[in-house]
Amino acid sequence: MNKPTQFSLSMRVLHWGMAALVMSMLAAGLLMIRSLDPWQLTIMTLHKAFGIIAVVLVTVRLLNRMRHKLPAVPNDLSALQKKAATASHWLLYGLLFAMPISGYLMQYFAARPIEVFGWFRLPAALQVDIYNYAVFRELHGWLAIALTGVIALHVSAALHHHFIRKDNVLKSML
Amino acid sequence: MKQLYLALLLLPAIGGLHAEASDKVSAQQFVDLQQGKTAFAGFRRAHAKGLCVSGEFRSNGNLQSYSKASLFQPGTTPLVGRLSIAGNNPAAPDLKAPVRSLALSFSLSRTEQWRLAMNTPPVMAVADPHSFYQQIQAIQAGPDAIKQFFAQHPESSEFLTWAGQYQPTGSFAAETYNSINAFYLVNAKGEPQAVRWAMQPTVSVAPGNLQGDNALQQEIATRIAADQVVFDWVFTLADATDDETNSTKAWPASRQQITAGQIVLTGSTAQLDGDCHAINFDPLVLPTGITATADPILRARSAAYAESYRRRAKEQRQGALQESSNE
Ligand code: HEM
Ligand code: HEM
Ligand code: HEM
Repeated sequence: MNKPTQFSLSMRVLHWGMAALVMSMLAAGLLMIRSLDPWQLTIMTLHKAFGIIAVVLVTVRLLNRMRHKLPAVPNDLSALQKKAATASHWLLYGLLFAMPISGYLMQYFAARPIEVFGWFRLPAALQVDIYNYAVFRELHGWLAIALTGVIALHVSAALHHHFIRKDNVLKSML
Repeated sequence: MKQLYLALLLLPAIGGLHAEASDKVSAQQFVDLQQGKTAFAGFRRAHAKGLCVSGEFRSNGNLQSYSKASLFQPGTTPLVGRLSIAGNNPAAPDLKAPVRSLALSFSLSRTEQWRLAMNTPPVMAVADPHSFYQQIQAIQAGPDAIKQFFAQHPESSEFLTWAGQYQPTGSFAAETYNSINAFYLVNAKGEPQAVRWAMQPTVSVAPGNLQGDNALQQEIATRIAADQVVFDWVFTLADATDDETNSTKAWPASRQQITAGQIVLTGSTAQLDGDCHAINFDPLVLPTGITATADPILRARSAAYAESYRRRAKEQRQGALQESSNE
């Protein structure tokens, strides 16, 4: 068994890059749906474009993950804890796909093409489907709450490992 | 490396805190005020009463050199529209409304859409959404409050002059509908030109003997059934001395005007039976070749329209309109 003690550099860079991106996306989303200020349009346009970047990044990240050996989980964790850790990571990956896909579909059914940094536009329906818009608008909101919750747990767990259990888990990602 | 990770993570938090610390009116508060104490479930929180129209834009090509948007090339583009009156009540009496409106949607392609929402006044009474909120509060509070509001807002003078001489006509077909906010047309070379526009009527109709709560709706349905209804789409071009970000001030009458073509309405349907009800006529849904100015009123519209749209879409999905459409 020669498992590494650290995630590979590419995995670490992708982890922290996406962590920053996703937290910015959550903050931007929550602010822009409330604000009547002139920057609202700018942030909204960026939110959609970076949301598209996010779905590309998470795909790259999963492909990259298959190329690398992962560090061993600490041996003193119970089987249940190990399962919970794995499950929470897959839940995070699932949400990282579901967030941008629901955002895109919401705009698709509202017949609003997505402008990506002025490079190109992603297509939308020609005619509005208000029923499906409603489904994906509410879903995007609920998924955002779920993602915030899972991230909070995830961060607490990482800090718990580092400061209470004093094991190698957080260091493996730094 | 660790410092970089940390900096990346702190960035959104700092941005978030910065924007959170404001005591301004939110989109939710704005829409709460517009909808009133009991909302009409499934309907728009503003301009709730209206009817769907269909037709086309016949472009003469005059704006081609100002904007890349495909609909300005010579030819015709089909449209879905909505004629409405201001207010949150979908059963309000047509003739009591102070403002009449026309909204249009051009579905140009899968990647190009344009939505427009226009009103009868040529200017706003106030220049930012927070004063607009207070204006609506004053209107709801009664004549004394609104008098006091205007006294404290000298920027409303052009609006008041317009309101003083405006005579409602006897038809949706005889009104002028204004963009109020300015936009930029952008041509193939990337040059922007600030513009406002108006849909100008081609008929005049005296107020005459209209009667009943649905007087305007019945009049326009009968009129369109008999013959097409036509508006000239007239653009006004700002020059360097005009402020395109202040919607309380009209530009001088001497500015160059270009007629881009004609809006021709050929069909009408009750709103719940037509295509227009499902559309959010957010004026910031723009095709390539048109962009938004920094006008604070224009920039406030997207979030408020989205909030109203979100509420009514959810209600509609939950069945709120089933009773009304079976009437
Ligand atoms: C990692 C990806 C994403 C995250 C974390 C995210 C997060 C959020 C959040 C937290 C909100 C506020 C929702 C609420 O409180 O109800 C929001 C709203 C919104 N998101 Fe996203 N989003 C993502 C991707 C996207 C994408 C790809 C699009 C579209 C292409 C998109 C379009 C929107 C729109 C249009 C709204 C506002 C809806 C409205 O005003 O009614 N999002 N997003
Ligand atoms: C301060 C915030 C964060 C810290 C301290 C942190 C820490 C960690 C650590 C230590 C691991 C390795 C866990 C293990 O090997 O069992 C990990 C993995 C992971 N983190 Fe984070 N994380 C943070 C934020 C985020 C955010 C915001 C996301 C979501 C975008 C995220 C998504 C993930 C995923 C999906 C994995 C699993 C990696 C894999 O096995 O492929 N993390 N994180
Ligand atoms: C800060 C300023 C404004 C706010 C907050 C606001 C808010 C709203 C809201 C919430 C709706 C309902 C949207 C929906 O559910 O689909 C609406 C509709 C509408 N607004 Fe505004 N509005 C503003 C300024 C304007 C201006 C300047 C104009 C005219 C130039 C205008 C014209 C219209 C029209 C015509 C509709 C009805 C569109 C339709 O038929 O669906 N609004 N507005």
